[in-house]
Amino acid sequence: MELICPAGTPAAFRQAVDAGAHAVYCGYRDETNARNFPGLNFSHAEMRESIAYAHARGAKVLVAINTFPRAGGLDLWHRAVDEAVDAGADALILADIAVLDYAARRHPQQRLHVSVQAAAANPDSIRFYMEAFGAARVVLPRVLSVAEIAAITRAVAPCETEVFVFGGLCVMAEGRCSLSSYVTGQSPNMNGVCSPASHVTYREDATDLVSRLGDFTINRFAQSEPAGYPTLCKGRFATGRMQGYIFEDPVSLDAAELLPALRKAGVAALKIEGRQRGRAYVESVVRSFREALAAMDAGQPIVSPGLLSLTEGQSTTQGAYRKTWR
Amino acid sequence: MKLTIGPVLFNWSPETWRDFHFRIADEAPVDRVVVGEVVCSKRTPFYAEHLPVVAERLAAAGKEVAFASLALVTLERERRAIAELAADNAILVEANDVSALRPLAGRPHLIGPFINVYNEATVQWLGARGAQGICVPPELPATSIATIAAAGGVPVEVFAFGRVPLAISVRCYHARVHGIHKDNCRFVCDQDPDGMLVETLDREPFLTVNGLQTMSYRCASLIGDVPLLRTSGVASLRLSPQSCDMVSVARVFRDVIDGRMEAGAGQEALAALFPLAPFSNGFLHGRAGVERVTVQ
Repeated sequence: MELICPAGTPAAFRQAVDAGAHAVYCGYRDETNARNFPGLNFSHAEMRESIAYAHARGAKVLVAINTFPRAGGLDLWHRAVDEAVDAGADALILADIAVLDYAARRHPQQRLHVSVQAAAANPDSIRFYMEAFGAARVVLPRVLSVAEIAAITRAVAPCETEVFVFGGLCVMAEGRCSLSSYVTGQSPNMNGVCSPASHVTYREDATDLVSRLGDFTINRFAQSEPAGYPTLCKGRFATGRMQGYIFEDPVSLDAAELLPALRKAGVAALKIEGRQRGRAYVESVVRSFREALAAMDAGQPIVSPGLLSLTEGQSTTQGAYRKTWR
Repeated sequence: MKLTIGPVLFNWSPETWRDFHFRIADEAPVDRVVVGEVVCSKRTPFYAEHLPVVAERLAAAGKEVAFASLALVTLERERRAIAELAADNAILVEANDVSALRPLAGRPHLIGPFINVYNEATVQWLGARGAQGICVPPELPATSIATIAAAGGVPVEVFAFGRVPLAISVRCYHARVHGIHKDNCRFVCDQDPDGMLVETLDREPFLTVNGLQTMSYRCASLIGDVPLLRTSGVASLRLSPQSCDMVSVARVFRDVIDGRMEAGAGQEALAALFPLAPFSNGFLHGRAGVERVTVQ
């Protein structure tokens, strides 16, 4: 199985390649990619240099152009596609029907991957992308159990499947969530951001720390608690029956122990989330997962890499991969 | 501009669901009604027996009937249901997941608000494959809507009334909040015919939960934006059922669109009909969806 690693900067990119990533995914410094955070991502020149660096060391580069173009603004996405192809990207990760159509028609030889943002959660959706645009691989949304992933992978061959194994965890179906834009006006689909830092404030209330997004309180932490970032769906809220983490606890995905099951399921590639994370994160996670893969190949038991300190939450989960998560 | 009654997104009792549609058929000044389950396939069997008679009554009353497909499709039986829906040439299907686009290709169908349509090129691509109408995602601003409509080809519908569907998951939050498992959910979502209120820790109303779906607490109302919607080239408005008097809601929209009622009076009438929550229209104005922008 290929290990696909994130890079938000050229430095993190080189770190990922040096640590043993089989492929690195990254995006341009604009709204064409779903991690459009300040200070992150690649200029055209940086992308070209990075691709050359990876290719010289036998690693592939997957360029994410995976937001949904603004009406009247498709040129920016078209230019990103043309530039990435010209720069020698091994694959483009795309979500929008019009961008897939453009890439497939303009660059028929280019390998195309369907982004997780396209929310292709079943064989019929994947076949749609295969038949319409020649998609070679689909990144599965984090809503499926391992058994479902195995069934899908069998059903859609020769299209490959790629799954997330580590990092931040969307609890909503990716690409189908406007919670962030409801509160801030900016969404993953339109702007490539979720719960943007520009709309986050912290306030001290007696001994508590209150985190807010836009006009709403997302969480409140006692002095003894570590305060997490106020991602909307990971906040504490109240209903008539329950107060707390209504949607999801502040956890991160860690599917390391499921690697044998994912291999058996026929998954082609394992993806690590975190283009917004620093070099140290990239280096540690890549190295740990390369070790886990090596252990598996040697028939040894897989030990979870113990990367809790690197996660954004206070604990880890195997998410939807275990059916009971639902 | 035409009016569409969207599919009931909540888990209403089968009789309530049936009688709601009977009354819409008999009394509501709307052009199209979309029926069927969008949110949770476990709910489908309850009102399945009423579906044919409801569709017949709506059609007999001169309403165009469309059948919505499920938004998040992961199970085999959900895939089979879509295949069956798409195989029936006599019915108009509203696709809410790309999995439905394959079997519908080449024949007339509609695109629902749960398929990601953000630009004119995507709309034209879908139109070339048989889409005859598109209800765009609720977060789309008027600038995008106008550009899409100006490109032509496919009539554009906008989500204009009702709590806004914001997200969908395989995890059932109703079950989670009730401390039970999704597979043994006892259909607790039926306790909240307008969604379950979610407040911030400051006890400020924030969102609502509808099983797998997360919705706004505030109710979208674009009644004050009818002139903007018209100049943007919008062909129809979608009114999403809440447990209030939707026939009257439709009449208010009809009256404002036709110039028989001022927008301000319309807004007041809607507030009386749906007192559960304040209104919002921020998405249309390119702002946070929760905001209410007053149009001068």
